[in-house]
Amino acid sequence: MLIKKHQYWAFVLPALLFIILIIALPFLIGIYYSFTDSNGLNSSFIGLKNYQILFRDTIFLQSLWLTVKFSVVSVLLINLIGLAFALIVTSSDNRFNKALRTIFFMPNLIGGILLGFIWQFIFTSAFKALGGSLNLDFFNGWLSDPATGFWGIVILFVWQMSGYIMLIYVSFLNSIPQNTIQAARLDGAERWQILMFIKLPQLAPAFTISLFLTLANSFKLYEQNLALTNGGPYRSTEMISMYIYNTAFVNFQQGYAQAAGIILFFCVTLVSFLQLALSRRGER
Amino acid sequence: MLQKRSRKFISLTIFSIIGLFWVYPFVIVVINSMKGKRGVFQNPLWFTKDFSLNNFKTAFQALDFAHSFFNSLIITLGSVALITVVSAAAAYAISRVKGPFSSIIYYICAGTMLIPFQSIMIPLLSLFGKVDFLNRTSLIIMNTGLSVSLSIILYYGAFQGVSKSLDEAAALDGAYPLKTFVFVIFPAVSPMTGTVIILNAMKIWNDYLLPSLVVNKDGMYTIPLKMYSFFGETNSEWQLALAGLVLSMIPIIVLFLLLQKQVMTSVTEGAIK
Repeated sequence: MLIKKHQYWAFVLPALLFIILIIALPFLIGIYYSFTDSNGLNSSFIGLKNYQILFRDTIFLQSLWLTVKFSVVSVLLINLIGLAFALIVTSSDNRFNKALRTIFFMPNLIGGILLGFIWQFIFTSAFKALGGSLNLDFFNGWLSDPATGFWGIVILFVWQMSGYIMLIYVSFLNSIPQNTIQAARLDGAERWQILMFIKLPQLAPAFTISLFLTLANSFKLYEQNLALTNGGPYRSTEMISMYIYNTAFVNFQQGYAQAAGIILFFCVTLVSFLQLALSRRGER
Repeated sequence: MLQKRSRKFISLTIFSIIGLFWVYPFVIVVINSMKGKRGVFQNPLWFTKDFSLNNFKTAFQALDFAHSFFNSLIITLGSVALITVVSAAAAYAISRVKGPFSSIIYYICAGTMLIPFQSIMIPLLSLFGKVDFLNRTSLIIMNTGLSVSLSIILYYGAFQGVSKSLDEAAALDGAYPLKTFVFVIFPAVSPMTGTVIILNAMKIWNDYLLPSLVVNKDGMYTIPLKMYSFFGETNSEWQLALAGLVLSMIPIIVLFLLLQKQVMTSVTEGAIK
């Protein structure tokens, strides 16, 4: 053994301390908090009461349901568009496709707050001008209506994430051996046959990765939600993260908000284990 | 032949339109940031006659840009440096010493990655608030704690790929483990160091939620924080808000254009590994 015991701990301990102090300890305290009626200053133990109230709290249930709906819709759209983009930019290796790749990826560089404001401008000012010049009512008041407000966040998120997911698909597409594709071409395979029978099956692991990444990210979405609609109108576009934030730091029901945070944790964990199980089965 | 060429032309046209559509949000933000209030109102979709760069001056001052840029930079650099050192060291040890501790640490990292920030932010804040340890330094420490798990896992994979004979050769030359690590093994995984730096820097530079909870002093504000409060002050003066957005986006876009290839590989690697 080249590394002695005390040396081993010197290497490992700093990282371990950070994880314990910043994640593990707060998480354990958080579980306790969720059984209290803490308002940030005083708290007393109330058992499972927070959870019982949560499951009857229509605003909470609405935000949870909205988050699930949002996740499903955006996961589908992002993966569809991301895959389409990946097929476009790998269709041939030239400058034009490299530029496209950059363009598609660019929104992913920008933080959620800035993205939210950019799209607030588009949905209010640009859409209004568009609706005015085309004489279409469709473009008016997108962010002041619950349904279109929801789609506004979806559009923003799709715009942000598709380029990211594209990169994952691209890396899997590039690892398909060129001679497989050439051999198929020599055998007279059409473009769509190459796509369906050679490219797509090779992309199976990319699907699981992308699905999980988009799902986890959309469950935790907060900043885009804040900057675009701030949950409005009337908390109708408030997703789970924002619900937790507002309950804890606006209404100061910290124990109650923490219980919602624990439920969020269970949702994310469930999704991750599903993904793990799926990819294990796929590998067999 | 002709058919093939025309097909190529059609697909090129379609792809160009998609590309233009995708950058258009950026384009109109830039266009409207260079207008007066009337120009934004008249036609937000394209250029109008009134053109001025005064908005940038106003936004620069309102964002206290030099200052907020400096804060963002210090917090990002500090966090990334700490994350890199701490996680590389830990990953090195657990990749070289196999045993129950190493696997436990690896699983702790994988497990803590599952915990969403929203599930720990309330106790984390009250913990640090109680000892009144907030603002810049505290932000660096929290960022580090939140990022080491993923970084250790990334580094672990990279160190696994470095042959142990390299360690042994260095040991035979009389190097201590620390010396071996710093001068032999760590340089051998520099592509992964690039990935870890880029992934964390992007996340921390753009972060809003954590800084909004931790920063409570004037003069400690980062760019996203300042942009959020500036936006609230400009209502209905879109040209000012947009100039602020453009200013806030410039640093990261410039850096991206310089390091494009590296950034895209890092982002892909971070997702796949």
